[in-house]
Amino acid sequence: MSEPLVIVGNGMAAARLVDELAKVALGRYAIAVIGDEPRLAYNRVLLSSVLAGETTSQDIELRPAAWWRDRGVTLKYGCVATEIDVGRRELKIENDESIPFSKLVLTTGSSPLRLNVPGADLAGVHTFRDSRDVDLLLTLAAQKKRAVVIGGGLLGLEAAYGLAKAGAPVTLVHLMDRLMERQLDAPAAALLKSLVESKGIEILLNANTASIHGETRVEAVELADGRRLEADAVIFAAGIRPNIALAREAGIPVNRGIVVDDHLQTDASCIFAIGECAEHRGVCYGLVEPAYEQARVLARHLAGREASYSGSIVATNLKVSGVSVFSAGDFMGGDGSEAIVLSDINHGTYKKLVIVDGRLTGAVLIGDVADALWYHELIRTRQPTARIRADIMFGRSLAIRSEAA
Amino acid sequence: MTVVDPDLRVVKTTCAYCGVGCGILATPDGRGGAAISGDPDHPANFGRLCSKGSALGETLGLTNRLLYPMIRCGKGTMERVAWSDALDHVAHRLQHIIARDGPGAVAFYLSGQLLTEDYYVANKLMKGFVGSPNVDTNSRLCMASSVAGHRRAFGADTVPGCYEDLDEADLLVLVGSNAAWCHPVLYQRMLANKQKRGARIVVIDPRRTDTVGDDDLFLGLKPGTDTALFSGLLVYLADNRVLDRDYIELHTTGFDDAIARARSIAGSIGATALATGLPEEDVATFFQVFANTPRVVTLYSQGVNQSAQGTDKVNAILNCHLATGRIGLPGASPFSLTGQPNAMGGREVGGLANQLAAHMGFTPPDIDCVRRFWKAPRIATHEGLKAVQMFEAIARGEIKALWVMGTNPAVSLPNADGVREALKKLELFVISENVISNDTVDAGAHVLLPAQAWGEKSGTVTNSERRISRQRAFLPSPGEAKPDWWIMGEAARRLGFGAAFSFASAADIFREHAALSAFENVGARDFDIGALQSLSDSDFDAMTPVQWPVRQGTEPQARFFAEGGFFANDFRARFIAPEIPALRTETSAARPLRLNTGRIRDQWHTMTRTGMSPRLGQHLPEPFVQVHPDDAAKYGVTDGDFARVTTDYGQCTLRVIVSERQQRGMLFAPIHWSEANATGARVGSLVAPVTDPFSGQPENKATPASLVPYEYVFRGFALSRKPLELPAHAWAARVAVKGGHGYLFADNADVAGWQSWLKSIARDDLAEYKDFGGGVYRAASFDGNRIDTCLFIGPARDAGDWNVVKDLFAADTLGHDQRRMLLSGKSVDGLANAGPIVCACFGVGRNTICDTIAAGARSAADIGMKLKAGTNCGSCIPELKRLIAQTRADGSEQRKLAATH
Repeated sequence: MSEPLVIVGNGMAAARLVDELAKVALGRYAIAVIGDEPRLAYNRVLLSSVLAGETTSQDIELRPAAWWRDRGVTLKYGCVATEIDVGRRELKIENDESIPFSKLVLTTGSSPLRLNVPGADLAGVHTFRDSRDVDLLLTLAAQKKRAVVIGGGLLGLEAAYGLAKAGAPVTLVHLMDRLMERQLDAPAAALLKSLVESKGIEILLNANTASIHGETRVEAVELADGRRLEADAVIFAAGIRPNIALAREAGIPVNRGIVVDDHLQTDASCIFAIGECAEHRGVCYGLVEPAYEQARVLARHLAGREASYSGSIVATNLKVSGVSVFSAGDFMGGDGSEAIVLSDINHGTYKKLVIVDGRLTGAVLIGDVADALWYHELIRTRQPTARIRADIMFGRSLAIRSEAA
Repeated sequence: MTVVDPDLRVVKTTCAYCGVGCGILATPDGRGGAAISGDPDHPANFGRLCSKGSALGETLGLTNRLLYPMIRCGKGTMERVAWSDALDHVAHRLQHIIARDGPGAVAFYLSGQLLTEDYYVANKLMKGFVGSPNVDTNSRLCMASSVAGHRRAFGADTVPGCYEDLDEADLLVLVGSNAAWCHPVLYQRMLANKQKRGARIVVIDPRRTDTVGDDDLFLGLKPGTDTALFSGLLVYLADNRVLDRDYIELHTTGFDDAIARARSIAGSIGATALATGLPEEDVATFFQVFANTPRVVTLYSQGVNQSAQGTDKVNAILNCHLATGRIGLPGASPFSLTGQPNAMGGREVGGLANQLAAHMGFTPPDIDCVRRFWKAPRIATHEGLKAVQMFEAIARGEIKALWVMGTNPAVSLPNADGVREALKKLELFVISENVISNDTVDAGAHVLLPAQAWGEKSGTVTNSERRISRQRAFLPSPGEAKPDWWIMGEAARRLGFGAAFSFASAADIFREHAALSAFENVGARDFDIGALQSLSDSDFDAMTPVQWPVRQGTEPQARFFAEGGFFANDFRARFIAPEIPALRTETSAARPLRLNTGRIRDQWHTMTRTGMSPRLGQHLPEPFVQVHPDDAAKYGVTDGDFARVTTDYGQCTLRVIVSERQQRGMLFAPIHWSEANATGARVGSLVAPVTDPFSGQPENKATPASLVPYEYVFRGFALSRKPLELPAHAWAARVAVKGGHGYLFADNADVAGWQSWLKSIARDDLAEYKDFGGGVYRAASFDGNRIDTCLFIGPARDAGDWNVVKDLFAADTLGHDQRRMLLSGKSVDGLANAGPIVCACFGVGRNTICDTIAAGARSAADIGMKLKAGTNCGSCIPELKRLIAQTRADGSEQRKLAATH
C-alpha cells in the first residue's frame, strides 16, 4: 500500500517534485496535487512570453494530463486548501473535504505585493503572477490601454515588455535609481534600461508612487514628486510575498517563508515546503532554479536516500524583456575586490567579473551570456582564476586554450 | 611637362630604391594607384623584383604629401604660397646672402634619389653660376669611398664590371654587403649562379647576415679589419705566384710599395688571422680559393665604404684584382654595389663636392673645359665641403643658406642631433620634398617646395653597372608638385642666369649632359655618352636601358680595364699602399661596445616611402638593437625588452633582439626610424661624425656605445583610420597597416591615462575592456561595422596579438562574433563557437542547437533529450520551436533548390 503524499500548490516546484519522485521512488507514494489555479501546472517563467505573444497559453503547460495520470497522480486543480490538521495528518480543502496524508509538501508559492497607496483597490489595478493575470493584461493591451507598471525588477520588466509587445503604451516606474538593483550594477542597469527603452517602454527611475487616482477605475498615477501619469491600468510588480498563511495557521513556524531545514522539512516531521514559499537558512528564493534543486533533494529524501540541501548560489540567468541578463554572486564587489569589465554598449553588451584573491566571486552579464554557466561554476567552486585572468572575460574555450598553451 | 597616357597602358620605368636599378612595369589604375611588376626585358632584373620593389604600388598614396609651396610666416607656421612667390623669396634671400657673405655661404645638399637631370641642373647652378662648390649629396654616406678608391686606382670613378659577371664568376666574395636584404635581385642572380654553375660564395662581414648561406664560407672579421684581410690576401697571392706579372708591368704602378705595406700589415696567414680575429683555417681557405679562382668578383658595399678608412679598404680590394689582372674580364672584377637608385647618375653629373662635372674634377684643365662648355665665368674652382663637413660649417655659421633636395639629413647624417641643431641656425633653409613632414622639414625649414615623386617625375637614372634607364611618369602630378629641375631652373632664372637654364624638358637637360660628357673628351674621360647628345624628344621617351660609355662612333663597352687603359695621364692604374687598419674611435669602460648600423630587408632609408606600405611593415615593424647573447647577459638586456644605447653623440631606446648572428662586443641597429615614425630610435644621432680623409664618408658602423636595459611596464598598440598623436610619454613606432595607421608602443604611465587619451579621439560607438588591476586596457571604436580606432595596452606579455587585431582592422566589416572577441586580442581560430546562448540554464548555444536539428531533432523535447536545452526553466522552448521551424524551412528550400538543378 502506497503512502499518501499530498502536495499543496500546482506550480513548477510541484511538477518537478512529482517528476523527481517518479525517478527515485516510483510507486512508493500515492500522490495528490491540490492547486487553486484552474488548470494544469504551467511554466510560470513563460507567462511574459505569452503576454508578448511569443508563445501561447496552451504551449506553456508543463506536462500533459496523461503524464500526471501515468504517474498515478490525483490532480485537484481549481481547489483551495484551507487548513492543515497536523495532528491528524489531514488537509482540509474548500468544500470541507479532508484529505489524509502521510507526508505533506507545501509548494504554495508567493503572491504579488500590492502597494499600500490610496487607490490601490481601484478597478484597473492588476498584478502579474498567473495565467489569469495574463489573460486580463492581454485584453488591456488589445484595447491599447495606457499601462503603468510599478516595479523595475524582473517581474515588472517582464510585464512591461509583454504589454508593450502586445500593443499597449507602457510606462514603468521604479522606486530605485536603477533597474533590477538586486541583480545589476549601475552600468549594467543603465544598459538594460536603454535596451528596454529601445523597445518603446518609457522608464522612470527614482519614481515613488504616491497614489492612484480615479473615480471607479484607474485614471492616473501620481508620484511623490508630483508628476502625474495618465493611465488606464496599473500593474503592481513591486515584489512578492511567500504564501505562508496555511502553514502559519497550522502552527508551523514561519518567518518571511515557511521555515525548513536541510531536508526541506518544517517543524512538523511529516510536512515539507519547497519553492518560493519556503525559507531555508533564512533565505526565501524567488527563482525557479532553487525550487528545482529543492525538489530534487526532497524527492531523494522522501525516497529514503541520503540527501541534503545546503542552499543555492543564486544566479539570475534569464531573458529580461528580450535581453539576456545574468547575475551571480557578489557582483557589486567591495573593498579588496577587483573588477574586469567589458562593455560594448552599442552592441548591447556589458560584462563585469568581480575577482577577490584570485578567485571569481561575482558576475554581471548583459547581452552576451554565452559563458554565464561557466562563470557560475567558477563562483560556486571558488576555483583559482589567476592563470586565466587574461582570457576569462572572453570565455571558457579561449581560457582553456591559453591555459593549455 | 608630364602627360599621363589616358589609356592607362603599361609604362616602363625603373625602381625607386637601390642601385640595382630594376626595370618596372607600372600600370596605372586611373585612381592614383598602379599595378607594379618587374620588367622582363630590363637587363638589371629580367622581370624579378624584391619585396620593396613589389610593394611600390602600396606607396603611391598622397598621405603626408607636400602639395603646395609653403613659407614660414611671421608667426612661425608654414603657410601656402604661390610658386612664383616661393621662388622669388628663395632667389631674393640667396642673392642677399651671396652678396653679403660670398658664394661659399650657400650650399645644396642633394640626394641619390634625384634624377640625373635634376642633379645636373642643381650642380650646374651652384658650381657654375652661383660659384659655390658646396654641392654634396647623401651619396656621400653611401659610396663616396668607392668613388675615391676608384679615382685613386683607376684615375676615374669607373665601375669596371657588369651584372653579367655575377652570372659568370666562379667565386663571389661579398665584403660588407648584406646583398640578400639590400640588393636582393642581384643576390638572387648570384644564388642562381651558385645553383647552376656551382659558384662559391664567401661573405666577409662582422655580422652573420641572411646573405650567408649554410654552405658559404663566412668570415666574421673584427670591424675595420677588411684592409688587413685583403693585405694578407695580396701577400698570399704574391707568395704563391698567382700574380699577373704582365698586367702589373704593363698597366699599373706602385705595386712594390703596396706589397711592402701589405706585408707590414698582414704578412702571413697567421698575421692576417690575428689582425682580423678570424680562425687561421678560414683565412687560409679564403686565400686558397681566391688564388685558385680566376673568375672572381669581389662585391662590396657599406661595410667597406662607411668607414674612416673606407677608401683604403676599397683600394686594398682593388689591389688584389689589379695584381691578378682579374678586372674587366667576364666573371672577374671588383664591383661596388651602390645603395641608391641614382647615386651613379649623381656621380656622373658631378653632384659631389669633390667633383666638378661629368667625371671631371677641380683641376685647372677640367675647370676650364666646363667653364667654357657652360659659359660660366663664375665657376667654382676648388672642392667644396663634403656632407659631414658641410653641416659642421652650418653649425659654425659659415654656411648660411642651405637647399636640401629629396633627402632627410636630420635622420641620416652622423651626429644627427647636432645636424638638427645646426639646421636651426640657417638664415635660409629651403627643402624640395615629397612629404610635408619629416625630421628635416620639422627641423625648421623656411621654404618647402613640392617636388614630383617617383611615378610622377621623368628622366634618367644610372645603376651600379653604369646602365642608364628611364624613369617615366605614370601618374599625374598631385597638387602643384613640379620636377626638381624645373624648380632649380626657375630659381636660376630669378638669380639672373636664365639663358643657361632655358630647359624645356628633361630631354633638353639630358642632351646637354650628354654633350658635356663628350665635350673635348677624346677618350680621356671614362664617362662619355656623347652618342646620346642629339636624341630627339621621342628618342628620349623611347630610350631603352643603355650602358655607358656610349661614345660617338664607337661600339658599346660592357667592361673596362681588361687591357689597361686607365684614366690617368700614363694610362696606368695605381696600387695604393693603405694605412694600417684601425678604427678612428676607441672603446672605453664607459662605451665598451661598438654600434654597427645598416638596413633591414623591407625598409628603405628613412621610410618616407616604404613606411607607407603595409606589406613592408610586417617584417620588422619596430626599431631594434641586435645583441650577442653573451653581451645580453653581460649588460642585463633581454630579448623582446627594451634597451638604451648611448654614445658620445646621442641616445636611443630600442627593442632588443638577442642573436648569435651578432658578434660579441658589437651592436647592430637599423637606420630607418626617425622622430617622424618612432620615439628615440633615430640611430643617426648615435653615430660618430668621423670621416675618411679621402672620401669624407663617415664611419657609420663602429661607434663606441654603451647598452643598458630599459624597462617599460606596459606594451601596446593602436590602430586608426587617421594618423594618431600618441601621448608624448610613450615610446612608439609607427607601422603602415592595411586600411590605416598602426602604432606599436611601450609606456610606464598609468593605464587609466590611456583610457582618457583614447576617449578623447574615439568615436561614440566604443567597446572597452578594462582590467586595471591587471594593468590591461583595450578599446575599439567603430564606424558602423568597421573598426575606426583601437587601442590595446597591457603588461609586457599581455598586450594582445598585434597581427590578429591588425587583420581585423583591415577588414571592412566585422561580424558579430569577431566584434565580440576583438578585445580578447587573440586569434579565435579553431575555437568552438556555440553561437549566441539560447538555453541560459544549460548554456546551450544556437549553433549547437541548429546542428542538432540538422542531425534530426524534430521537437523541443528531442533537443532537450540531446542537449538538455529547455528542460530546466523552459523559457527557451518557444525559441527552440522557432529554430526547428526555421531550420526545416531552410532545409526544404535547399532540397527544392537541389531538385531543380
